[in-house]
Amino acid sequence: MPGITREEVAHLARLARLELSAEELDHFAGQLDDIIGAVARVSDVAAQDVPPTSHPLPLTNVMRPDEVRPGLTPDQALAGAPAQEQQRFKVPQILGEE
Amino acid sequence: MADLTRLTAAELAAAVADGTASSVEVTEAHLARVEEVDEKVHAFLHVDREGALAQARAVDERRAAGERLGPLAGVPLALKDIFTTEGVPTTVGSKILEGWVPPYDATVTRRLKEAGVVILGKTNMDEFAMGSSTENSAYGPTGNPWDLTRIPGGSGGGSSASLASFQAPLAIGTDTGGSIRQPAAVTGTVGVKPTYGGVSRYGMVAFSSSLDQGGPCARTVLDAALLHEVIAGHDPLDSTSIDAPVPDVVAAARNGSVEGMRVGVVREFRGEGYQPGVIRRFDESVELLRELGAEVVEVSCPSFDLALAAYYLIAPSECSSNLARFDAMRYGLRIGDDGTRSAEEVTSLTREAGFGAEVKRRVMLGTYALSSGYYDAYYGSAQKVRTLVSRDFERAFADVDVLVSPTTPTTAFPIGERADDPMAMYRADLCTIPVNLAGNAAMSLPCGLADEDGLPVGLQIIAPAMADDRLYRVGSAVEAAFQARWGHPIIEEVPAL
Repeated sequence: MPGITREEVAHLARLARLELSAEELDHFAGQLDDIIGAVARVSDVAAQDVPPTSHPLPLTNVMRPDEVRPGLTPDQALAGAPAQEQQRFKVPQILGEE
Repeated sequence: MADLTRLTAAELAAAVADGTASSVEVTEAHLARVEEVDEKVHAFLHVDREGALAQARAVDERRAAGERLGPLAGVPLALKDIFTTEGVPTTVGSKILEGWVPPYDATVTRRLKEAGVVILGKTNMDEFAMGSSTENSAYGPTGNPWDLTRIPGGSGGGSSASLASFQAPLAIGTDTGGSIRQPAAVTGTVGVKPTYGGVSRYGMVAFSSSLDQGGPCARTVLDAALLHEVIAGHDPLDSTSIDAPVPDVVAAARNGSVEGMRVGVVREFRGEGYQPGVIRRFDESVELLRELGAEVVEVSCPSFDLALAAYYLIAPSECSSNLARFDAMRYGLRIGDDGTRSAEEVTSLTREAGFGAEVKRRVMLGTYALSSGYYDAYYGSAQKVRTLVSRDFERAFADVDVLVSPTTPTTAFPIGERADDPMAMYRADLCTIPVNLAGNAAMSLPCGLADEDGLPVGLQIIAPAMADDRLYRVGSAVEAAFQARWGHPIIEEVPAL
């Protein structure tokens, strides 16, 4: 299994929406390399014909009657918002100028 | 009257029910204890003095009105800060949720309130429950009451420390890879990870959804059972909640016996990395089980050897997905929103500022494991290991009623010792992780103090899924036999703070 480079860690941080500092990149690159080196042992079973388990319970879709029930008021739902306007979550710009 | 903080939850509930003590007196005694010792221990992130006293007064009024009270009514409890509490801050040990006040109660919180349990406050934890020492809390570490320079376990170190320092007789934890059992082991207390799906996850901040499970923490097996009964049971708000009757854990705790039971000793849980004093106490526990009438056999679970590696792929993968919701848009911290930056830039700056090092490590590890090109080798293989671990358990439980092992390879280690060595920290959960992968039930209870350092050692009992009652039947038998031998509960040997 290949190791992980500083550049790959920088790419992962971007994918994970983490604005890491240069110092953190150095630090995490070494640590992630160690961890990945240790957990790569699972690939010992990669070739085995074993079904994967994603969850301890046999999951089935759970249905409930479509009934009106009390929920949060707009004020309650917005109470923790970093910014709000006109009973809505106010967010920074999502789209470009064009 | 005796010091109320030294009584068990069962004793306190009886005192409140028969009028020997009011719930307000019981609650005030515990709040005074928090005031007295928590500056040193740092078990609590938030103490809800007013809310606790209001709940205590309500219980006392119901009793005065002649109402019959539930089995834990009026008894104080310390709640891990991962459960939402309406009107009371919930941080999950993270800066990203600093100051957040949830608008709703978790199902566990609601059930506690309905049972008349008095919630004293919210306990410290590793950020997002990621850790084995509580050092990853954004709000500073918690000390182990047996030795304040050592870790109280994690992630639920605040809950275990509150019990071992007599600040609360009951606490709630969550166990994703051992976060209830390992803290119980290193503080000389009792902790139970119920069968996956046994306790609702609604309102429990998600770390790794297929592994996370809330459960009871206490100083005695009976107290844990009484609390288990209060919080367990089907919840329509959690689609993974099991819709079946809860095993009668209280009856099992009151009728402890291992007579005629078959107990399996997991061969793989010893050897390199295990502290000799831990193995010595464990071997004595096995001998005790034999003396009490159990038939002890050795059991091999070869795939447990890969469980730790599989866990550190599955849990980070699920967490990298779950923690995507912390995007600085609807609640929590927001950094860098100066009108020029895009939402994506604000999200990245906020997560950088709001998450601690271990959370960042795991989010990136999960992102890596799930990325194309690596998915089959890492996440796919880890899921196969999960199947193999479940099969090992199935094979073992076809032959024995319960399995036993040490809960942790070592006693409590010094604060700071493993803080910057993730793999050393991860090994603290070596014996607890297989249970989470398979989804069955397990308990840790004290089995003595290690000779070399005088610190508590935990005995782990593992039962099949939906057989949680077996933990309590075996646990209470072992607890009673040990106490007869020691002349008192081991927790009474904890040094004065």
